[in-house]
Amino acid sequence: MTQAEIKLCSLLLQEHFGEIVEKIGVHLIRTGSQPLRVIAHDTGTSLDQVKKALCVLIQHNLVIYQVHKRGVVEYEAQCSRVLRMLRYPRYIYTAKTLYSDTGELIVEELLLNGKMAMSAVVKKVADRLTETMEDGKTMDYAEVSNTFVRLADTHFVQRCPLVPATENSDPGPPPPAPTLVINEKDMYLVPKLSLIGKGKRRRSSDEDATGEPKAKRPKHTTDNKEMWPLAYSQSQHSRVNSEFQFTFQTQTSSEIVRTMLRMSEITTSSSAPFTQPLSSNEIFRSLPVGYNISKQVLDQYLTLLADDPLEFVGKSGDSGGGMYVINLHKALGSLATATLESVVQERFGSRCARIFRLVLQKKHLEQKQVEDFAMIPAKEAKDMLYKMLSENFISLQEIPKTPDHAPSRTFYLYTVNILSAARMLLHRCYKSVANLIERRQFETKENKRLLEKSQRVEAIIASMQATGAEEAQLQEIEEMITAPERQQLETLKRNVNKLDACEIQVDETIFLLESYIESTMKRQ
Amino acid sequence: MAGNKGRGRAAYTFNIEAVGFSRGEKLPDVVLKPPPLFPDTDYKPVPLKTGEGEDYVLALKQELRETVKRMPYFVETPEEKQDIERYSKRYVKVYKEEWIPDWRRLPRELMPRKKCKKAGPKSKKAKDTGKGTSLTNTADVLKKIEELEKRGDGEKSDEENEEKEGSKEKSKEGDDDEDDNAAEQEEYDEEEQEEENDYINSYFEDGDDFGADSDDNMDEATY
Repeated sequence: MTQAEIKLCSLLLQEHFGEIVEKIGVHLIRTGSQPLRVIAHDTGTSLDQVKKALCVLIQHNLVIYQVHKRGVVEYEAQCSRVLRMLRYPRYIYTAKTLYSDTGELIVEELLLNGKMAMSAVVKKVADRLTETMEDGKTMDYAEVSNTFVRLADTHFVQRCPLVPATENSDPGPPPPAPTLVINEKDMYLVPKLSLIGKGKRRRSSDEDATGEPKAKRPKHTTDNKEMWPLAYSQSQHSRVNSEFQFTFQTQTSSEIVRTMLRMSEITTSSSAPFTQPLSSNEIFRSLPVGYNISKQVLDQYLTLLADDPLEFVGKSGDSGGGMYVINLHKALGSLATATLESVVQERFGSRCARIFRLVLQKKHLEQKQVEDFAMIPAKEAKDMLYKMLSENFISLQEIPKTPDHAPSRTFYLYTVNILSAARMLLHRCYKSVANLIERRQFETKENKRLLEKSQRVEAIIASMQATGAEEAQLQEIEEMITAPERQQLETLKRNVNKLDACEIQVDETIFLLESYIESTMKRQ
Repeated sequence: MAGNKGRGRAAYTFNIEAVGFSRGEKLPDVVLKPPPLFPDTDYKPVPLKTGEGEDYVLALKQELRETVKRMPYFVETPEEKQDIERYSKRYVKVYKEEWIPDWRRLPRELMPRKKCKKAGPKSKKAKDTGKGTSLTNTADVLKKIEELEKRGDGEKSDEENEEKEGSKEKSKEGDDDEDDNAAEQEEYDEEEQEEENDYINSYFEDGDDFGADSDDNMDEATY
């Protein structure tokens, strides 16, 4: 892990779990797999605290453990999972857009708690929703469970691996068909839910028999639903969807592509280069309701998309009215390239961007050729090329004419290696997010006294309002914060908001670059 | 590198034109210090994206930040003991839910060990968390206090070191070591009861017995 990543991980862990967990986590990321005693010894923390920290980290799927020979258990941190914590708000928002408030709350609860049993999630979310609803109405457990099942169906949530059942005291074998039996009237009984399964890890069927205090069951099989890896891939699909929209000119074509992506969400793994082939008939059937285009128009659109030079959509066969695939790898590649171009443009100016695009297009160019093609005077072109070279956007390729690599008899060609440039940019993004977080923490710390004061004043006002106070008194309390202080608070709030928004936006770029790099590495 | 200077004019081994500048041209000065920490940028950054979606995500982010601080997973650093104990500290403390991990999914060595002695042969097996019962704070604490008192009354001083005590000590040491075949699994105890110091609780038991019994039962020498 690079230093920048480790720094970012440390900041994220500290914000979410406190300093002790951060120390243990960073130590594990740095040194790899280690047993308990060694961790305690190396970090100088007490054994109790190390145990607590490890429990928290394992609960949140950031650390895994393995039993080695002689019974030694070793713990290993997963740096990429820690970095995902930056993206939590985005996941919650994606769930909201797709599954409305219920989905949003389910995802939020799961993210906050790492893993939870389905019954616990449903109960908590239903209670939360009930609070926000009008008096007298209560949220139906059934509805929440339905949303949960839908989330599981589209792979937003995933089941944790189960502890294998060693005893045979399990009540009842798993049922062959899904049945949702819910006891709505009695709020204290957690509803019994059973789901069907396919595949070992994903959703194996199971009974959730909990909650009844009278019937003390000796053992119940778990049905924890874990949030992590699938939310990642799922949200990724949704995000890639939204990125695609921007590249397509008309709304219809973007809608068609979105439909295709939606259909292939489950069937395609997150790093596959192509989606599964979809026939044009299927696409026609799956278009959103209310989208009235005829089959012929759809076919025309598909043909046009397939012929497009960008090559996002390809035709893979003729059965079923034409089989079409989406070339995810190409799409990610062009998105990454666009990002690079835009970065060059914003950093160095539009003439540099012209040179960059030129080299990108022509693959390898000599210095003289660059000057000629770009129509930029030699001195400036040279200057810009070297600036980009020093920042590693462009690299130099040597082609020797003679085996002794004499410089006078060697060609030096400029080229853009997209993969390495993307990696470099990604590294920079990690650094900038770390800087943003640090700056935000600094700003907050600087004004800590003022923030505390304003919080206290608010608390006083709230309590006074609750007990019924006059306007004059409230006015007096509010004046405890002077005008310049108010100004300062305003500035602080604006700055913190801006820094937060920056983090979110840089995270989008990180997501894109990471997806591209992953997709390219898988192909090789 | 310095070799050829004496034998006539220095000649470049490659075509200098190819690099882009001719001989004798003024080159930029050599930079003798590290680049500035905040270099001037010629181009200002592009404004951030705005919109309803972005605002919502921002609000989510800030709320999330506040919420995680209140969760039981946020492990507070134990504070140093302040010289003056402030009255207000008691009321500022935020109430946090206790979190009990699912011990079936975690390695056994992660369970915290109780430092206080157990009542010998009656080793308490861990309650199966599948039952879903969580330890209630006050009832347990009271029970433990009673047990400790009872044990404290009948206890002799440490110098005696009967075999009973010896075996308890050994079993305690054994628990602290590798626990792969831990015969006794202890209940998950609240943090308040675990003292984070090195003293084994049995050495100093305050109360009636302190100093009183030591004179009466002096079979062995005091160290």
